Amino acid sequence: MSEKQAAGTRLRRGIKMGDLDPAFKREIREIPGIEKINLCFQCGTCTADCPIARFSEIYSPRKIMRMTQLGMKKKLLSSESLWLCAACFTCVDHCPQGVDIAGVVRALRNMAVREGIIPEVFKELTDNILKTGYAYKIPELRKKKRTEKGLPPLPEANLEDVSKLFDVVGVSKVKQEKE
Amino acid sequence: MTELKYLMFLGCVIPYRIPSYETSSRKVLERLGIELLEMPEFNCCGLPIDSVAHDAMLVLAARNLCLAEEKNLNILTLCPGCAGTLRKVNKSLEADKKLKEHVNSDLKEIGMEFKGGKIIVKHLIQVLIEDVGLEKIKDAVVKPLTGLKVTEHNGCHILRPAKYIGFDDPENPVLLKRLIEATGAECLDYMYETDCCGAPIIGVNDKIPLYLAGDKLRNVKSVDAQALITVCPFCHMMFDINQPRIERLLEEEFGIPVLHYPQLLGLAMGFTPQELALEELRVDATKLLNASQ
Repeated sequence: MSEKQAAGTRLRRGIKMGDLDPAFKREIREIPGIEKINLCFQCGTCTADCPIARFSEIYSPRKIMRMTQLGMKKKLLSSESLWLCAACFTCVDHCPQGVDIAGVVRALRNMAVREGIIPEVFKELTDNILKTGYAYKIPELRKKKRTEKGLPPLPEANLEDVSKLFDVVGVSKVKQEKE
Repeated sequence: MTELKYLMFLGCVIPYRIPSYETSSRKVLERLGIELLEMPEFNCCGLPIDSVAHDAMLVLAARNLCLAEEKNLNILTLCPGCAGTLRKVNKSLEADKKLKEHVNSDLKEIGMEFKGGKIIVKHLIQVLIEDVGLEKIKDAVVKPLTGLKVTEHNGCHILRPAKYIGFDDPENPVLLKRLIEATGAECLDYMYETDCCGAPIIGVNDKIPLYLAGDKLRNVKSVDAQALITVCPFCHMMFDINQPRIERLLEEEFGIPVLHYPQLLGLAMGFTPQELALEELRVDATKLLNASQ
C-alpha cells in the first residue's frame, strides 16, 4: 500500500476529537494576511496544480488547509509534509477563494519552530545569517577569486544590526532554546 | 535619455555558487548603459528565514529597503527570490500602515526607518524589458544566434504571487521569450513550462526536486531544444549543477546546456565565451557554441 493510500485509510477511520485544538484555530486566523483560511471549501485546486504534489506521495496543500481549519495542531506541526512546500505560489494565484495557502504553510512552519521543530537546513541558514549576514557561508577562496575575475568585493554585513534585529523579533531566543 | 542607475543587490547564492551569472550580467548591463552601484552594506533579503520567523524576514528585507531609500536608488537583483521578497515587502509595507508601524518599531532598534514609496525593486529581466527595452537590446546584437533553438524557465518569484509582482502573465509568461528572440534564437514551448524547479526544498527532501527538475529536462529534450535558459541562480543550480545527479537517478541522458540569459545575450552581443564565464557551467556548452557560429 502506498503512503497516500495509507493516509487516506487513516482519515476514513475518523478524526479523534482530542486531536482538535480550538485555541489553535483562533490563533492561526488572527495572523495577518491569512485570515481567509476559513474560506477554503476543499476544491483541491491547490493540490491539483502543485508541482511538488505531482512528485510526492504525502504532500497535499488541500489536506494541510483542512487540518488547519479543524485545528489538528499536533499532527500538523510535527508533519514532514509541512516542509515540502517550495513557495512557488502557484496555489496562491489559483485559489478561487483567495486563500494565501503558502502563507498558511509559512505560518504553520513558524509555529513549529516555536515548538522546537526545525529542519537542520533552516537552523543552518539562520545561523549563517546571524554570523555572516549571508544565508550561505561564502568561502574565503570564493571572495579571492572575485578579485581575480574583476568582480567588485562583496559588500560587508553589518552584523551588529543583524544581531539586534534577531533579538527584537525573537529569533535569537528560538535558537538559544534549541541549543 | 533617462539615467539608468541601480543599487545592485547580489543576494547570497550567486556569490556562493553561481558567479557566472554575475559575471555575465555585469558585462551585458554595462554595455547596455546601465550603471550599477554596490550595496553599502549587505544582509540576506530575508526569504530563507521566512519559514523560521516571518517577522525576521520582514525586518531583514526592510533594512535593505531602508539602505536603498537612503541612497535614493532603485534596486536591481539577479535573483528572483531576492527580487520577489524585497518587492513584496516594499509593496506591503507601503500599503499596510499597521504593518509598517510594526516593522518600523523593530527597525528603531538599529536607528532606521522605512519610509515607503521612494524606491522600487526590479529583477534583471524586468529592467531589460521595462527600462532598456527590446529595441535597444536588438540594436546591441551584433552576432545574431540565428538557427539556435532554446527553451526558457522563468523562476517562480519573477511571476508569482501576481498580486505583489505584477510582471508578465504568470499563466503564460512571454517576456523572457521575447528577450531570447531578441538575440536571434528561437524559443520553443514545452510541457509544464511554468512549473517550479523544486530547488527551495532540496535541503529537506532531495528526491522530489530531482524528479521534478528531471521531468522538466525531459520535456525540454522532447522538443529538441539545444539549451535551457534561466534567470535564477537556484533554478540554474537545479538544472545545471544537479543535471548529472538527475541523469544518474532517472537513468536517462539529457546533456542539455543551461545558460543564464545574460550569457545568451552576451554571445549575441559579441562577448567571448570566456568573458561570459561559459566554462563555469557544469553541462558543457561547447556544442551549442559551435551550432550558433
